[in-house]
Amino acid sequence: MSYKYVPIVIVIVAVFLAFFVYPIAFDKGVDFLNSKLHLKGAGFEIPHFFKVPPFRLGLDLLGGTRLVYQADLAGVEGGSVNDAMAGVRDVIERRVNLFGVTEPLVQIEGKDRLAVELAGIKDINQAIQVIGLTPFLEFKEQRSEEETQKILDAQKKNQQLNEDPYFKSTGLTGRQLKRSQLTFDQTTGQPQVSLELNGDGAKLFADITKRNLNKIVAIYVDGQPISTPVVQTEIPDGRAVISGKFSVQEAKLLVNRLNAGALPVPIKLISQQSIGASLGQDSLEKSLRAGVYGLLLVALFMVLFYRLPGVISVLALLIYIAVVLTVYKLLPVTLTIAGIAGFILSLGIAVDANILIFARLREELAGGRTLLQSVHDGFHRAWFPIRDSHVTTLLGALVLFMFSTSSVKGFALTLGIGVLTSLFTATVVTRLFLNLFVGPRTEKRKWLF
Amino acid sequence: MRSVYKITFFFSVGLTVVAIVLIATFGLRFGADFRGGSVMELVFNDQRPPVDELGKVVGAVEGVSNVGVSPEGDNGVLIRLNDVDEQAHQNILGAISGKFGKITENRFDSIGPTVGNDLKSKSIKAIIISLLAIVVYLAIVFRKLSSVLSPWALGLSAVAALVHDVLVPVGLFALLGHYLNIEITSIFVAAALTILGYSISDSVVVFDRIRENVLRFGAREDFGETVHKSIMQTLVRSLNTTFTVLLSLVAIFFFGGESIKYFALALIVGVFCGAYSSIFIASPILVWWGRGKRS
Repeated sequence: MSYKYVPIVIVIVAVFLAFFVYPIAFDKGVDFLNSKLHLKGAGFEIPHFFKVPPFRLGLDLLGGTRLVYQADLAGVEGGSVNDAMAGVRDVIERRVNLFGVTEPLVQIEGKDRLAVELAGIKDINQAIQVIGLTPFLEFKEQRSEEETQKILDAQKKNQQLNEDPYFKSTGLTGRQLKRSQLTFDQTTGQPQVSLELNGDGAKLFADITKRNLNKIVAIYVDGQPISTPVVQTEIPDGRAVISGKFSVQEAKLLVNRLNAGALPVPIKLISQQSIGASLGQDSLEKSLRAGVYGLLLVALFMVLFYRLPGVISVLALLIYIAVVLTVYKLLPVTLTIAGIAGFILSLGIAVDANILIFARLREELAGGRTLLQSVHDGFHRAWFPIRDSHVTTLLGALVLFMFSTSSVKGFALTLGIGVLTSLFTATVVTRLFLNLFVGPRTEKRKWLF
Repeated sequence: MRSVYKITFFFSVGLTVVAIVLIATFGLRFGADFRGGSVMELVFNDQRPPVDELGKVVGAVEGVSNVGVSPEGDNGVLIRLNDVDEQAHQNILGAISGKFGKITENRFDSIGPTVGNDLKSKSIKAIIISLLAIVVYLAIVFRKLSSVLSPWALGLSAVAALVHDVLVPVGLFALLGHYLNIEITSIFVAAALTILGYSISDSVVVFDRIRENVLRFGAREDFGETVHKSIMQTLVRSLNTTFTVLLSLVAIFFFGGESIKYFALALIVGVFCGAYSSIFIASPILVWWGRGKRS
């Protein structure tokens, strides 16, 4: 009967996973053994557990901030919206990396929002200001006179108030900027900012200068026209100069800002959620304590009410915990307070399948069947309700995951992983272990069940 | 159908009506994440100043309105205000520490109204879609019961039970919001959806037994009797599962910390209702519906 070895394999794997989740326990045990070995003069040492990834904790447990920016896409045509947003993300990402925060998260949310998550950051105010310094650079060209007139007329009737009647966007923005430099005008000695555009930008700039010969091409920074030179010749090499009336100090600042990245569209901070580090630590301890007590209560109840099968279901529950926590580490799942709540809740749900099976088992036993038959029928009959109740919970978690915002997503994810895992541990694992105890000896001691 | 179901059914209807009345009269207190607005949690190093004095100081900062201050813990306060930008936020902190001494800011959320509206529409969408998905799933799984009643009856009676399970905790929170200033935040939506899933799976277990009994004994028996028998057969399981889930929720409620305490409370009420309603709401509706089909 090769089946007999399967439970042993499962236990070994589970113990391994438990150490994977909590390697400190293994290392401490090894240290203890090694010190004993040392006393006995053994010439070798047991190595520590290999390095495993830590749990990834969310902002509410670690402390940190989550900022949401809204991009103003009014000036962008439909097709290039995704491009513009990708540009915003790249620029902000570069800025955020300056903070030295481990694993900053910058991602596009929905169509026109950018979420920035900075875990463990101390000075949130400074971070917001540094991100806020990201300039929005744009090249604009003159509108034709008819267009200007049209917009001016409309504005008299209080329409199109947000449109600039004189200049329009060219599509050349901070996205195509390669780098900038502080230079001085050769004749006047005035400080100026020279820009070097990338390949696409150079091509665009060549087109723009070609069609605007002897006209103004304005350079806007943060929505203000900083420089409005008249184009003298077509410029094919992608080099432009902002020659506003800068002091050296101002020009230097602008260069620094531009070199850290310039935005293709303007952005605005619309939401900020910050958690102090001490509160995070406190929440983490409390959630863990809640988890331990939850587990103890559920385990106690199962053993008291279902006796031997109850003990087995607790074993299955422990295996369940080891598997689920391993999945959290491997995926990785970002654990938030809500996520841990989802996990604790899943402890209760995880034993539901066992309760269904054991209730059925008792029913069959009460009907006067043998233990062997009862166990078999108990599992067989309980399968449909187990499947259906798990699928419905899973459907809920799935919808929640797809249609919700980050904190709730964590909850849905842990709940979903929990439901899927418990479907396995509560049926397959419990069955394997329960079968070990079904035999002539227990057949006479049905009170155990 | 036995008369006990009638009594309990109308008791639940009464409870639901009470919940609706509570929601209608008190309204729901939505948190900053739904409305837009700011929440600030501060702890004073020295003694906490009187809340109304603190409110005045915060309200005097430029761009700040709708200030509400409530004490929290030993030395902390919770300040609610309109959504402010970072500059105003720093000004507020400066004004408070300038007047009342050193403070630690544990939390600051400032959420624009558009974000709040987004969350609202997303939450409603999520609830509607999960309800539809569940009704369809039930109709498919229980199609074999069609000899006795329409497959939609199962889904719809389960949903009727759901409405009860969600409305009762929401009513409770209308009450809590009115008397204890407890707000409904985005995590509450997660609670509502978990209640949905849980309540459905509880009904499903009963329905499953009904299906088994109908398939085994056919329509020979009175359908009401079959349903009653199925309920009695699944009663121990329902009680035990509810009990274990409640055990884990009680652990969250007492030890999980302030931020998820009321989330756990919503779930405790909802899960309790979920177990109750699959027996005393979903099943009676099913029987009455089934009668209609046979006569």
